[in-house]
Amino acid sequence: MEQNGSIYLDYAATTPLDSEVLDAMLPYFRENFGNPSSIHRFGQRAEAALEQARETVATALNARASEILFTSGGTEGDNLALRGAALAMRKKNGAQRILISPVEHHAVLHTAQQLASDYDFKLDFLPVDRYGQVDPEDVEASLRADTAVVSVVYANNEIGTINPIAEIGKVCRQRNVPFHTDAVQAAAHLKMDVEADQVNFLAVGAHKFYGPKGVGALYVRRGMKILPTQTGGGQENGFRAGTQNIPYIIGLAESLRKAQLGLDARREYFTQLRDRIIAGVTASIPRANLTGHPTQRLPNHASFVFEGVDGNALLMMLDLEGFACSSGSACRVGTPKPSEVLLAAGYSKNWALGSLRITVGHDSTPEHVERFLDVLPRLVEKARS
Amino acid sequence: MGATVVVGMSGGVDSSVAAALLVEQGYRVIGIMLRLWSEEGREQENRCCTPDDMAQARRVAAILGIPFYAVDVRELFRDTVVQNFLDGYRAGITPNPCLVCNRQIRWGHMLEQALKLGADYLATGHYACLDLAKNGKVQLLRAVDGKKDQSYVLSMLNQKQLSRTLFPLGGLTKQVVREMALNYRLPTARRSESQDLCFLGGEDYRTFLTRYVPEAASPGPIYDRDGARLGEHEGLAFYTIGQRKGLKISNPEPLFVLDKKMSENALIVGPAEQLGQQCLETEGFNWIAEESPAEPFAAEVKIRYRAALAPAEIQPLENGNVRMVFERWQRDITPGQVAAVYLGRVVLGGGRIARVDGRRTTAAPADERAA
Repeated sequence: MEQNGSIYLDYAATTPLDSEVLDAMLPYFRENFGNPSSIHRFGQRAEAALEQARETVATALNARASEILFTSGGTEGDNLALRGAALAMRKKNGAQRILISPVEHHAVLHTAQQLASDYDFKLDFLPVDRYGQVDPEDVEASLRADTAVVSVVYANNEIGTINPIAEIGKVCRQRNVPFHTDAVQAAAHLKMDVEADQVNFLAVGAHKFYGPKGVGALYVRRGMKILPTQTGGGQENGFRAGTQNIPYIIGLAESLRKAQLGLDARREYFTQLRDRIIAGVTASIPRANLTGHPTQRLPNHASFVFEGVDGNALLMMLDLEGFACSSGSACRVGTPKPSEVLLAAGYSKNWALGSLRITVGHDSTPEHVERFLDVLPRLVEKARS
Repeated sequence: MGATVVVGMSGGVDSSVAAALLVEQGYRVIGIMLRLWSEEGREQENRCCTPDDMAQARRVAAILGIPFYAVDVRELFRDTVVQNFLDGYRAGITPNPCLVCNRQIRWGHMLEQALKLGADYLATGHYACLDLAKNGKVQLLRAVDGKKDQSYVLSMLNQKQLSRTLFPLGGLTKQVVREMALNYRLPTARRSESQDLCFLGGEDYRTFLTRYVPEAASPGPIYDRDGARLGEHEGLAFYTIGQRKGLKISNPEPLFVLDKKMSENALIVGPAEQLGQQCLETEGFNWIAEESPAEPFAAEVKIRYRAALAPAEIQPLENGNVRMVFERWQRDITPGQVAAVYLGRVVLGGGRIARVDGRRTTAAPADERAA
């Protein structure tokens, strides 16, 4: 993807809409515009499309259609799962604790912190290793009798590390504690299977896999109790009130279906580009570290820290040179606060402030990568001076 | 393609028009907005970088088709500008944070960032002019629009900084700038301009100081010059030299703040005829040409942002300080403020007022009498 001569290397922030997905969405704006809750045939056609989309999403995640809720995106899914499960568990058995990893997206972290500060939950953090990876044994050791919900990110957005979700799921299942995973980054690149992974909740957002922004899905395992956080007309089985955004839900379903079908075909290509970036950067730039796991990481994701570099300034320089990258999360008011994720992985502030994330996608080419590797060393040096 | 310029944007009309002018003049323009410090919970009220201002600046950048970046300097701003402000009040002086900000943040961190980004210049929407002297030195000049002139707040900058600076608005009047904003179809500043400090967010500086420098807000005695106790003050930070209102002393003739005695936490007041001083001495001095004149000379001095220019003899001292002897006594020379020296339109430099002395020996200037 090139625009005004700029090369896009920030596919973990968002992706362009797939044109086939757009085509699938278009009829639901004007021709088939009905409200799925209406009794008449306009409503019936919309409802049929909605339920077909639910079926499509369920198939992609190896779930049942009745276990899929549509949301406004990954953030809402994380909020609903965490808040909904914590409050429901407390109501059910007085559970008081929330257990999360220190490498969660803010959608999980800030929700958990709010539950702690305003709803009197106790917030516990799991340890992670220097790759930001959670050890299932630590989950087992950290579970308490009154743990209401556990949340571990499937694959981290900043450093790309993939967590052993199936093993963690197994531990939580044995102890009968609800387990949520934020799969917002993972669903674009890894096979999703809620049965194999033994998760109780799983959140995705469409715009990370070439679907539209503003729509997502939350998997809620059958029998799980959650308190709805948005109440009203009882849509989505009463878990998420509000007239469903049919065209976007169609887009979500189609994009997730395509993403999950095309995983294997793209994995090798992405991995080649990624590993070329990792090799190029670590070979040409002194005092540079790959962040996250060297192999158990998203196939399209390369992330680094450079000692003594102002990461925000580096991003501006890259942008002016025509390369769109990120420091790790799409935060535009370049905060000079080191990321919690990098601190948790053991980096000092002087390293953690110099973070850079490069994520490739459908339109990335080896030539893009080489052009990027040509300019980066000079810019890092400049950002250091 | 012309030279590259980073424009410091604030979301206001001045910096927006400055950016537009530079685009029109063929520069490659990059917009940068500094995110400055506010107290937690008061970010919405910060005078120059609320989320609202940020959105406005982004809109302007989008209209002009220039890249725009926010640079977060909250920590640096708190540790330099705000700290300097608090330290000043703690020491009993009245600091001017805008000059500290210009020297250390705008022409410090922001200029550094601009140069790193490959820019040749940093531009702002300040009303001031720059000129190249025959000896190759950059001169800072007053703006053409005398009412808007902001050269005072730039008087602490040096050659290195000014040689990398552009002031696109220096030759324009505010009226013209507003019209240009309309012509460029730029959203103009909605808020009226305020002279408050940005980080106070509209709060009274006294309330702010009470929180951060409680010792400067502790009550103490009020004396006259002869040591007679006349009453009690609410905290030295709340009074400025020359102040008349708010003393809460009943006296047959009006009393004015003459001095502060930090060691005794005492405020010294007296009648109008005791008010005013003739000399000041700065602590160091920023000569913009980077060389101190050897001999005393006659010039004009501005002792605060809104003060009128006052004729004085400028006496450079050997230790780098500058002594200024005014032709006529000044009512409110205030330690901590900057005394900027002007020769015609040229700003020779500025220095922080450290000491004030020389009781008045001349008749009051006409405008002082009227006041």
